[in-house]
Amino acid sequence: MSDMLQPALRLQGIVKTFPGVRALDGVDFEVMPGEVHALLGENGAGKSTLMKVLAGMYQPDDGQIIIAGQPVRMTTPIEAKAQGVVLIHQELSLVPEMSAAENIYLGELPRKSFGRVDWKTLEERSNAILKRLKCSFRAEMTVAKLSIANQQMVEIARALTVDARVVVFDEPTASLTDAEKVVLFDIINDLKAQGVGIVYISHRMDEIFTLSDRITVLRDGAYRGTLTTAETDEDEVTRLMIGRSLDLSRNEAAPDFGETMLEVRNLTCPGLFEDVSFTVRTGEIVGFYGLVGAGRTEIAETLFGLRTPSAGDVLVDGKKVDITSPRDAIALGVSLVPENRKEQGLVLQMNCRDNMTLPQVQDLTAGPFVAKGAELAIFDQYRHRLAIKTPSWKQPAGVLSGGNQQKIVIGKWLSMQPRVLIVDEPTRGIDVGSKSEIHQLLRELAAQGYAVIVISSEMPEVLRVSDRIVAMYHGRIMREFDIHEVTEDLLVQAISGIRTTEPA
Amino acid sequence: MAYFYQNPLLRWLMRNPIWGFVLIVFIFFSLSSDHFFAARNLQNILVQTSTIGLIALGMTLVMINGNIDLSVGATLALAAAFAVDVQSWAMFATWGNWQILPAVCLALLVGILMGAINGFIVWKTGVDAFIVTLGAMLGIRGLVFVYTGEQSFYAMNFAYSDFSALSVGPLPVLALIFLLCVLAVHWLLSRTVHGRNTYAVGGNREAAVNAGIRVGPHMMINFMIIGFLAALSGVLLSTQMGAATPNLGRDYELWVITAVVLGGTKLTGGKGDIIGTLGGVLAIGILRNGMNLMQVPAFYVYVILGSILIAVLFLDKRFNRTADGGLRL
Repeated sequence: MSDMLQPALRLQGIVKTFPGVRALDGVDFEVMPGEVHALLGENGAGKSTLMKVLAGMYQPDDGQIIIAGQPVRMTTPIEAKAQGVVLIHQELSLVPEMSAAENIYLGELPRKSFGRVDWKTLEERSNAILKRLKCSFRAEMTVAKLSIANQQMVEIARALTVDARVVVFDEPTASLTDAEKVVLFDIINDLKAQGVGIVYISHRMDEIFTLSDRITVLRDGAYRGTLTTAETDEDEVTRLMIGRSLDLSRNEAAPDFGETMLEVRNLTCPGLFEDVSFTVRTGEIVGFYGLVGAGRTEIAETLFGLRTPSAGDVLVDGKKVDITSPRDAIALGVSLVPENRKEQGLVLQMNCRDNMTLPQVQDLTAGPFVAKGAELAIFDQYRHRLAIKTPSWKQPAGVLSGGNQQKIVIGKWLSMQPRVLIVDEPTRGIDVGSKSEIHQLLRELAAQGYAVIVISSEMPEVLRVSDRIVAMYHGRIMREFDIHEVTEDLLVQAISGIRTTEPA
Repeated sequence: MAYFYQNPLLRWLMRNPIWGFVLIVFIFFSLSSDHFFAARNLQNILVQTSTIGLIALGMTLVMINGNIDLSVGATLALAAAFAVDVQSWAMFATWGNWQILPAVCLALLVGILMGAINGFIVWKTGVDAFIVTLGAMLGIRGLVFVYTGEQSFYAMNFAYSDFSALSVGPLPVLALIFLLCVLAVHWLLSRTVHGRNTYAVGGNREAAVNAGIRVGPHMMINFMIIGFLAALSGVLLSTQMGAATPNLGRDYELWVITAVVLGGTKLTGGKGDIIGTLGGVLAIGILRNGMNLMQVPAFYVYVILGSILIAVLFLDKRFNRTADGGLRL
């Protein structure tokens, strides 16, 4: 009986640091048997890191993991599973070319003699699990042929292959339809009734309030408190999540907007975003705020000619345009500073000057050769204008700090004389000092007459730089806010899918 | 189009386009050459195919696993040199025809050992298999020259060189060995846990690790299998020639990889099967044989095979374009 009184799982003072970042700072967390414990926090608050520590993928630098009263050390996911801790990944962790059954039992396929796979047992057991999950497909199907939602169900089915003590669901409903959600919630309640402890990570308040018994909130890698769901409300949780210590100074610049430079009407890309309409004027910064996967980056990619929309119009400077490649986009004056500077924005081994002149190097020629002088002139101009700190143009871009790397990418696109500048996650992985410098720079660029779109997952950032904020949820624009009327609560609710007032 | 999806044979052909190609070239050469469709010639094709085919079986495993092995040609030469040379060692002088046994065993062991070394380095250092086996290709070829002193070895025991002329019923024994290996590797890949984990590691390595599959040992076993098959291929080739030359097996790795890729195995791993690979090696075998019979100069075979390889991969890319989420890159 004592088993029922102690937590199924308990984390004490977990600390995990990565070079330069303290991802987890003394986090406490516990799950009782038969309890659904929700874990909440903004993007980057440390939820995923905490779960990876729990699943044995990361080793904590300090602190203890206690399972059923026993302190344990888990160094691999398989050890964690043996202890009864099952993690259902947010990103699908499936082998696409194999059948659903093989994926469900990946790493522990039932065997016969001579190491043969026992197909009969495998298929019987997998089909039984899929039936319990009320899935309409057979376990023999190849995973690559299943829809994303069904793939998610396969991922969930993995948790049911062992007698789990604790099951961690990391954003399990991100790709499920409403009908599938109901089935999932039944499964969770079923597991709960069997005395399994459930950790439920989600951004969706409505789900958390229907499902959970308790809520723990993380912020910036630190433990912020645990609430009993029945005794709290969305406001209290939201406040705990956002906190009050953040720099929430807003953009107070007097508006001085010009013509509408970019207009998007009913743009749709099936499965990614739908029916998206907005405008950006010269001199204005429009912030796109939403959760990871809300479709913001995909809109930017479409405007830059990397994706083909299935419906909708794009107007640049009042004229309807058809952007089918980045080349078209650049010619029309649309530039994209991509989300992942190191992978998509820079050629890290190349020097600063060559990186900056990359999109136009074919135009900078003297006879058959690249015109060095012209390249240097461009580099010097933007180095001065953006205050890029580098000893010389010969430095490989990879050795510069994150902030200076970002400035090189911005400089690269400014040198193409854009009219619309799209900046995706401009300060990801950049230290605090350089962050405000980049924010300042974006404001200055708007003041010089560029039409700017800033995509960000950080609330302080959108509040600081934007004139208007577009809140997105699940591929749709929920609401558009003027910077003077927006509140943090409204924003959080809009991106969590809660409709407070009719969307604009 | 609906008809295509209903007819099981056509549906199978759409999944294994290389067999459609095999069928076409087979019919084409049967009609255009008098000598092609004859039992003697078909046996010949199987024997010619077996050398590259054996290695291609192993390469299918290694490539599904997400690796590649460039050292197979050199391993083949080393094994052939051992197989021919060891028979004439003084210690086996009184063994009669039994002297072949230790020679062949040693040759096969050498092959397994070379594969084990490749696999162990890939496992423990994490260096890309392309680089590791490129090094092994140069290094093992060097060993062959050191061992043979740049000379060819000739088999003194006639039982050895007569082996390749044996037949079981209508099947030449070399072809029989190849077909048995096809069945064995097919069974290993599609029916055993090791085979399925090979797919998992190549298909999504992170998922495999998360599921607790020990990635390294699986890779090493597959490298040992390809080493064994390359050595076996070397032994059989040396029985056909009655000799082992230091340059034996040059460029074989390229032919083998061509055959495996034609058979639908992905260079990035996770996808492929033995049925496709068999089609790939037969396509190459039939094409070389048929063009030879029609007295087309050998160089044209290279031109045509190269074009077909690129065409097949181009079609594959067109059909599987959705894989990158519609992003134009």
